[in-house]
Amino acid sequence: MELRGKLLDISNLKVSFYTYRGVVKALNGVELWMDSGERLGVVGETGCGKSVTSLAIMRLIEQPGEIQEGKIIFNGRNLVELSEEKMNNIRGVEMSMIFQEPRSSLNPVMKVGYQIGESIAKSKKIKIKQTYPEVKEMLRLVGLDPERVMNSYPHELSGGMSQRVMIGMGLASHPKLLIADEPTSALDVTIQAQILELLDELARKMGNAVMLITHDMGVVAEFCDKVLVMYAGNSVEYASTARLFEKPLHPYTGGLLQAVPRVGRTDELKAIKGTVPDLVNPPSGCRFHPRCPHAMDICKVERPPFVEIEPDHYVACYLFKGKNEVKEDG
Amino acid sequence: MAETLIKIRNLKTYFPVKKSIFSKKLFVKAVDNVNMDVPKGSTFAVVGESGSGKTTLARTVLRLIEPTSGEIEFDGKNILELKGKDLLEVRRNMQIVFQDPYNSLHPRKLIKNIIGEGMKIHFKISDIEIRDRIAAVLKEVGLIDDHMYRYAHEFSGGQRQRIAFARAMVLKPKFIVLDEPTSALDVSVQAMVLKMLKEIKVQESLTYMFITHNLSLVDYIADKVAVMYVGEVVEMGDKTTIFNHPSHPYTDLLMASNPVPDPKFVREKRLLKGEIPSSINPPSGCRFHNRCPFADERCEREEPELREIKPGHFVRCHYPL
Ligand SMILES: Nc1ncnc2c1ncn2[C@@H]1O[C@H](COP(=O)(O)OP(=O)(O)OP(=O)(O)O)[C@@H](O)[C@H]1O
Ligand SMILES: Nc1ncnc2c1ncn2[C@@H]1O[C@H](COP(=O)(O)OP(=O)(O)O)[C@@H](O)[C@H]1O
Ligand code: SF4
Ligand code: SF4
Ligand SMILES: [Mg+2]
Ligand SMILES: [Mg+2]
Repeated sequence: MELRGKLLDISNLKVSFYTYRGVVKALNGVELWMDSGERLGVVGETGCGKSVTSLAIMRLIEQPGEIQEGKIIFNGRNLVELSEEKMNNIRGVEMSMIFQEPRSSLNPVMKVGYQIGESIAKSKKIKIKQTYPEVKEMLRLVGLDPERVMNSYPHELSGGMSQRVMIGMGLASHPKLLIADEPTSALDVTIQAQILELLDELARKMGNAVMLITHDMGVVAEFCDKVLVMYAGNSVEYASTARLFEKPLHPYTGGLLQAVPRVGRTDELKAIKGTVPDLVNPPSGCRFHPRCPHAMDICKVERPPFVEIEPDHYVACYLFKGKNEVKEDG
Repeated sequence: MAETLIKIRNLKTYFPVKKSIFSKKLFVKAVDNVNMDVPKGSTFAVVGESGSGKTTLARTVLRLIEPTSGEIEFDGKNILELKGKDLLEVRRNMQIVFQDPYNSLHPRKLIKNIIGEGMKIHFKISDIEIRDRIAAVLKEVGLIDDHMYRYAHEFSGGQRQRIAFARAMVLKPKFIVLDEPTSALDVSVQAMVLKMLKEIKVQESLTYMFITHNLSLVDYIADKVAVMYVGEVVEMGDKTTIFNHPSHPYTDLLMASNPVPDPKFVREKRLLKGEIPSSINPPSGCRFHNRCPFADERCEREEPELREIKPGHFVRCHYPL
């Protein structure tokens, strides 16, 4: 099979959680890919599967969840089939992840310098003490005062400072991929701007790819080269950022963009009618059909495939024919 | 000029903080010397970063917290001196909708009781009338009357915010504080809630105080804007003035930090350096001086006043832009 992304290529990824309410079909055949050094934005409403996708890539899905199907080709290997031991050599080394609540990822009773040292020691297989010069260098790189921060406990740092530490830890091993799950959602806008600037600058310098999960279309517009829109556990649209904002094709993407307020916008906001579906009992066929103004009979029966409509623009919707399919009359 | 519904003068709300027994008593100056006129029928946005004092200001205005000093007039009455019946009447007229739709509604109470509670206190009406009014208000916020026999946990975030709003509305208030009412909601749900808020405001001749840290919402919803920084109002005026001619360096940089959902728009990268100072020990002089690109020695020393630089446009800066 030909890969769409040289660094990462996920196809037909299915993940379910076995809960007392029933089986949560969280990912229902996700398609996602990235080239080296690229910035991909992953957007969609709460519960659509953004975080589960990123956890699946890191192979961090835990009970009662399970990867059921699909491939995650990262740098030539299918992560779904890798042993835990091999995965351990990739996680935190070739790819790392930062989260919305940076402080919850840090151990509250250990000094920050020691924790960073520990993570570097792991990836380089050296003693923690030997890492301190590098820890200092890294803290400087993320714009912090090394002497002060090394000897601080996590609660002594602000949200923005903690996120800088996490970014530093995430990039210390020079990974090829950094996954950032809502890294700025808990921060104020002026601090968010600083953190995005830092991520941008470091990714340029180190050449790593960034997968940025966010619900903020403003952040996507400013930071990402490509965007993947997810809905209820499916990839529904993928395009370059410029293209997606200019010519969204999937009805859900169009609705989402029209709902976004911005400075200078005083016309009526348009909402998407209805609510996000319950993934224990998702709608049949296209999971968006109960909310879609263009739904047709076939939409209720069969899930639309995720196909390339125009070069590098993919959509899962029956309103569009793939560029390789023969157009029917009508 | 529209009549003023709420007039705030020299308002201070300080919270004592516990420190070691040797140090002198310290205070969080959550709201520090705020002056504000909220016109009748307006949507008055209060914007600022976390900890700037927005919520404390709103809670003080509603007398949910007692101020340290200052005056608050509602419809010409000094609410800090009201007691008994008069206070009850003002309380009914000033309602609040909180930020978190998951914690603000009791999970084990029927919606009917959540919404009806306040009516029992404020109106002498029969149970049947109460039920009819609840049915009407649910309809107004886009829900159905059957919903009154369900529990809060059965509703989505957007629906819960509608219920919280219905609870406020049913008391027929003149004024509603909306404290980050959509920040926990997805954009498409947010769009629905904002639209509803806008429509009902006109129908019911309400006045809103709309608290938010999201500047993108302000243009859509507000008429007036006050920008807060470390407990103080640093700039205030008509929305169009503030957006088109921000005159306080903080407002200017706040706007420059706000991401624009349009890839064609190339933002001039002007970052606000440093972090928000603590409101226990705010910087001397101008509270913004340690982050301000224009600060000089006077700014470090002398605290600027909130001055009216043009009619209705107030700025707290020695050198407005
Ligand atoms: N541990 C779990 N047990 C059961 N269901 C889960 C678990 N983790 C996730 N899910 C379900 O999987 C689906 C996708 O969740 P996910 O966390 O990926 O959403 P998200 O897109 O990251 O949303 P948000 O924007 O709120 O972060 C949801 O229906 C969620 O309830
Ligand atoms: N009950 C309280 N006791 C002590 N400090 C408080 C209390 N409520 C708020 N504060 C402090 O007052 C400041 C302003 O808080 P708040 O009004 O909640 O800000 P905002 O709503 O703008 O985020 C913060 O420093 C906060 O920690
Ligand atoms: S496949 Fe059908 S229901 Fe789904 S988005 Fe397209 S038109 Fe709408
Ligand atoms: S008074 Fe001085 S420090 Fe404060 S905002 Fe104005 S120029 Fe900046
Ligand atoms: Mg998530
Ligand atoms: Mg608040």
